[in-house]
Amino acid sequence: MYNKVKMQLQCPMPKLDFEIITLGHGSGGLLTNRLLDSGVFDLLKNELLDERHDGARFPVTNGQMAFSTDSYVISPIFFPGGNIGELAVNGTVNDLAMCGAQAQYLSLAFILEEGLRMEEFWEILVGVKFAAEAAGVRIVTGDTKVVERGKGDKIFINTSGVGMVHPKAEIGKKRVQPGDKIIVSGPIASHGIAILSVRQGLEFETAIVSDTTNLNDSVMALLDQFGSGIRLLHDPTRGGVATVLNELARDTRLGMDLQEAAIPVLEEVQGACELLGLDPLYVANEGIFIAVVAPEIADLVVETMKSREKTTQATIMGSVTAEHPKQVLLHSKIGGKRVVNMPVGEQLPRIC
Amino acid sequence: MKFMTEFRDADVVAQYMEEIRRTVTRPWTIMEVCGGQTHSLVKNGILQLLPPEVRMVHGPGCPVCVTPLNLIDKAVHLALDKGVILCSYGDMLRVPGSKMSLLEAKAAGADVRILYSPLEAVKIASETPGREVVFFAVGFETTAPANALSVLHAQHLGVKNYSILTSHVLVPPAIEAVMNDEEAQIQAFLAAGHVCTIMGISEYEPLVQRYKIPIVVTGFEPVDLVQGILMTVRQLERGEYKLENQYSRVVRPEGNPEAIKVIRQVFEESDREWRGIGNIPNSGYEVRADLAEYDADKKFAVNIEKVPESEECIAGLVLKGIKKPHECPAFGKKCTPQFPLGAPMVSSEGACAAYYHFSQLLENVQ
Repeated sequence: MYNKVKMQLQCPMPKLDFEIITLGHGSGGLLTNRLLDSGVFDLLKNELLDERHDGARFPVTNGQMAFSTDSYVISPIFFPGGNIGELAVNGTVNDLAMCGAQAQYLSLAFILEEGLRMEEFWEILVGVKFAAEAAGVRIVTGDTKVVERGKGDKIFINTSGVGMVHPKAEIGKKRVQPGDKIIVSGPIASHGIAILSVRQGLEFETAIVSDTTNLNDSVMALLDQFGSGIRLLHDPTRGGVATVLNELARDTRLGMDLQEAAIPVLEEVQGACELLGLDPLYVANEGIFIAVVAPEIADLVVETMKSREKTTQATIMGSVTAEHPKQVLLHSKIGGKRVVNMPVGEQLPRIC
Repeated sequence: MKFMTEFRDADVVAQYMEEIRRTVTRPWTIMEVCGGQTHSLVKNGILQLLPPEVRMVHGPGCPVCVTPLNLIDKAVHLALDKGVILCSYGDMLRVPGSKMSLLEAKAAGADVRILYSPLEAVKIASETPGREVVFFAVGFETTAPANALSVLHAQHLGVKNYSILTSHVLVPPAIEAVMNDEEAQIQAFLAAGHVCTIMGISEYEPLVQRYKIPIVVTGFEPVDLVQGILMTVRQLERGEYKLENQYSRVVRPEGNPEAIKVIRQVFEESDREWRGIGNIPNSGYEVRADLAEYDADKKFAVNIEKVPESEECIAGLVLKGIKKPHECPAFGKKCTPQFPLGAPMVSSEGACAAYYHFSQLLENVQ
């Protein structure tokens, strides 16, 4: 996990003759080169990046590749448990993992707002470096643009990635069947609440940290062992678990049954949700995934996951059903039922 | 989470449910006044667990739902045309005004901010002296102390660029309005626990006596609600009418005297327009005349033309419990949480939004 002190000790910011990012740093000229030479290339060093060409070339092996892209506009850019750089790497690595692929190469594109402090940019770059190393992925091409002050929000990042799909993977919504079990790999809602806890106007004291991490190892291990028994993988980022399951119900025309009592939520996260009037099912996650698996292997999958570091709290939280098609139904702790709908927009905190 | 999990205990809920089933012999109509209770009844699936004789009707206690159209238009106008920093509790943002919601105003460039506490708005005002900051002070008696405190705080700090746009409504007059409506057939009320935490319970005794109805002050967790319903059903079955307090672990009979003091320092009772219901005498708060400089309505003297409500929306009948949401022709067709015709479809506490989810459930599960 993100350790700011450790990172700064290992990768101290080089001495520079500029302290803030200016428009010139995105001009493509001398200043851009000075920015990149200041240590960016050294930090993310690998032989493909070192070519400093317009793109990266690499050999491919037989099989299927997965390709994914995502943009990161999170505010604040530093939050308990991580920063936007780490998130940008983990996010795309995880999107590929959900395709059953091990991420290999990433592109990294920055849109910086004029006035961003170099110190902050460096910390984000270090976050990128450590997250990439942890996930075993290389940054092989990139881009930096600078926009005028007020036209951005400090920094936006886009990452795209490619990776080889696991030979045993057969992941797809079409494979989901009634009776399948829905597994969640860990406690939900931690990331979203960690972000909210530091957002302007809401600061509250908490030990909650974002769960941002790479999931490729966990997923590859599952595919090694269970292959096609893993029918679908999804990371419930924006919109949370509720959104992912609603999309699944809609696309498969099947129903989803959730057991409220089985859904893991850390106590302090649950407490924050109660206080803020938010439903953890709709809160964003960054370091967990949902797996839909064949019923006969579900218990074994959970057992296997529990023995692995990032998924120790994996649990079966529900199942797929032919009843109530296209609908997600929650069986409440007290034995009642309710429909879990797709959120209309951003989840808005309630008055009382 | 202590003091929470024990009130979500499935076994205890089941025991109370069983007791309700054993006690009830004929149909009863009970109104929970507060939207928070409606939300909890739906969220926890309590409504389907109740025996068919117990009919819960969802009352007007959703502050978002009863905030008049005109006031939302004012807030939008202040944010969009007057350049103020408009701060609000979150669920107010999606409620449609006559032209747009605050969320749409935000998208159009207005500076609209979601806050959890009005004191944050005072902080923003003191940090941005060049701009006017308005807090959209919506709510029942529960949010009144915090909103009042923000005014006192601004006064204390000498912050001049802060004011509140008030839409405070009160529960007892709402109960009266419901009971005075000949069409309403409510036989008992669950009073809102958090409102009584502030105001105490004495205001409800005269209502019990005048209308000869049981009122049970009730909390929000599943165990609270089913216990409150059981206490109500027992009274009804015995032909009694009393004021009882289910939420005694939180509600003291006298309420919170400090909070009441703060309210009285800043607000005075006034007639209020309730969206969908109309004017109810002495049913809300407005900022006292001596603090007029903190009253956004007076400070900006905004005169917005009153636009009539959509004729298709029967929110008033729903809020008084005369019609069930799904009895509205527009329900689920022209009016959905995504494209609401009226406020009860917007807020998650609104009866129509609650029923929208619930009726979907009925269609598919039965």
